[in-house]
Amino acid sequence: MTVAGFSVIVFLGSTAAGFLGALSGLGGGVVVVPLLTLLLGVDIHYAAGAALISVIATSSGAAAAYVREGYSNLRIGMLLEVATTLGAVGGATLATHVGASGIAIVFGLVLLGSAALSMRRHVEQQGLGPTDRLATRLRLDGSYPGPGGPQRYRARRVPAAASLMALAGILSGLLGIGSGAVKVLALDAAMGLPFKVSTTTSNFMIGVTAAASAGVYLRRGYIDPGLAMPVMLGVLLGSLAGARALSRLTSGVLRAVFAVLIAALGIEMIASGLGGRI
Amino acid sequence: MRARRTVLDEHRVEQAIGLLLRTGVLLAAVIVCAGAALYLVRHGGERIDYRVFRGERADLRSVRGIFAGALALQGRDVIQLGLLVLLATPVARVVFSVGAFALQRDWLYVGVTLAVLTVLLWSLAGGAL
Repeated sequence: MTVAGFSVIVFLGSTAAGFLGALSGLGGGVVVVPLLTLLLGVDIHYAAGAALISVIATSSGAAAAYVREGYSNLRIGMLLEVATTLGAVGGATLATHVGASGIAIVFGLVLLGSAALSMRRHVEQQGLGPTDRLATRLRLDGSYPGPGGPQRYRARRVPAAASLMALAGILSGLLGIGSGAVKVLALDAAMGLPFKVSTTTSNFMIGVTAAASAGVYLRRGYIDPGLAMPVMLGVLLGSLAGARALSRLTSGVLRAVFAVLIAALGIEMIASGLGGRI
Repeated sequence: MRARRTVLDEHRVEQAIGLLLRTGVLLAAVIVCAGAALYLVRHGGERIDYRVFRGERADLRSVRGIFAGALALQGRDVIQLGLLVLLATPVARVVFSVGAFALQRDWLYVGVTLAVLTVLLWSLAGGAL
């Protein structure tokens, strides 16, 4: 394939991946890596490097909007970023030692897990919740703008959240994804934060995590400008369009369709990895 | 009174972070587009294969090499420079947060943020676990 033809195809595919990633809330990285590896036969190391770049772009672009709304908790985000960035450097180092088939199998398992997580029914914490000594000492409790003035909330189970965040970082560095699903799980299920605070704080953390992995990828020569260029521009454009469409579409059926799609991609990745085709 | 001022300050910090992130992404996208134009005009007709992983040339791996290539208007280096700007955006946000926590005299979080910054810079300097 010629450089021009390849760039156009990858750009169009990445735009679609960014659009789907924003609509499903899973992020562009999770969709773009299977697209590049399964459909276009790109080596998964290059694909993960390009995906990481697109993750930084969409996370920073989206965080710019969220941070201003005042939902994200900067202290919680920064504290847990110690765990995610260390995990990310570890995961990126691991990626340089694990073969493409192994990475594909782990990727497939993560896709299956993400599909299951996206169908999880969200139970919002009622009332303020119990006080937690560690969370109080770390001043993690906060408030967010609600319809009737600021709504206060409390954080808890900091060590559990930090462990999940380290895992999110490892997966991010190994697979080139934002690991938004695991991050939201840590904030929402482990810490008991309100859902809106969890999703915005997760988004705010994704860019820093991905930057830690991308540093290792760049130094190891895993970031190819010719591939990262159409992927970054495409995913960024697609996710901006997806975020705009999302405000008009309410999920439900849509969510189920995405879950099935992501699960199918996961099975295909595992099969390709086991069959040695990746 | 004091509580209100803290809330206002935090809001201003958040506004500034939002602006910083937006500017970084926009600047990176513009540089990447410029690099893409150079790259496609000169190499658009060549054949390419990403099926086999080879790793990038040394000059595309280091900050110094990327700057040198970008100054020589090499398309791939200009794209890589745009990607570096993008990578620097979250790092700048962390640097900014150190200052914001210091202004609030929140020394615990100044320390936490400096720890995150150290990991980030260490990874960019080629460190690995």
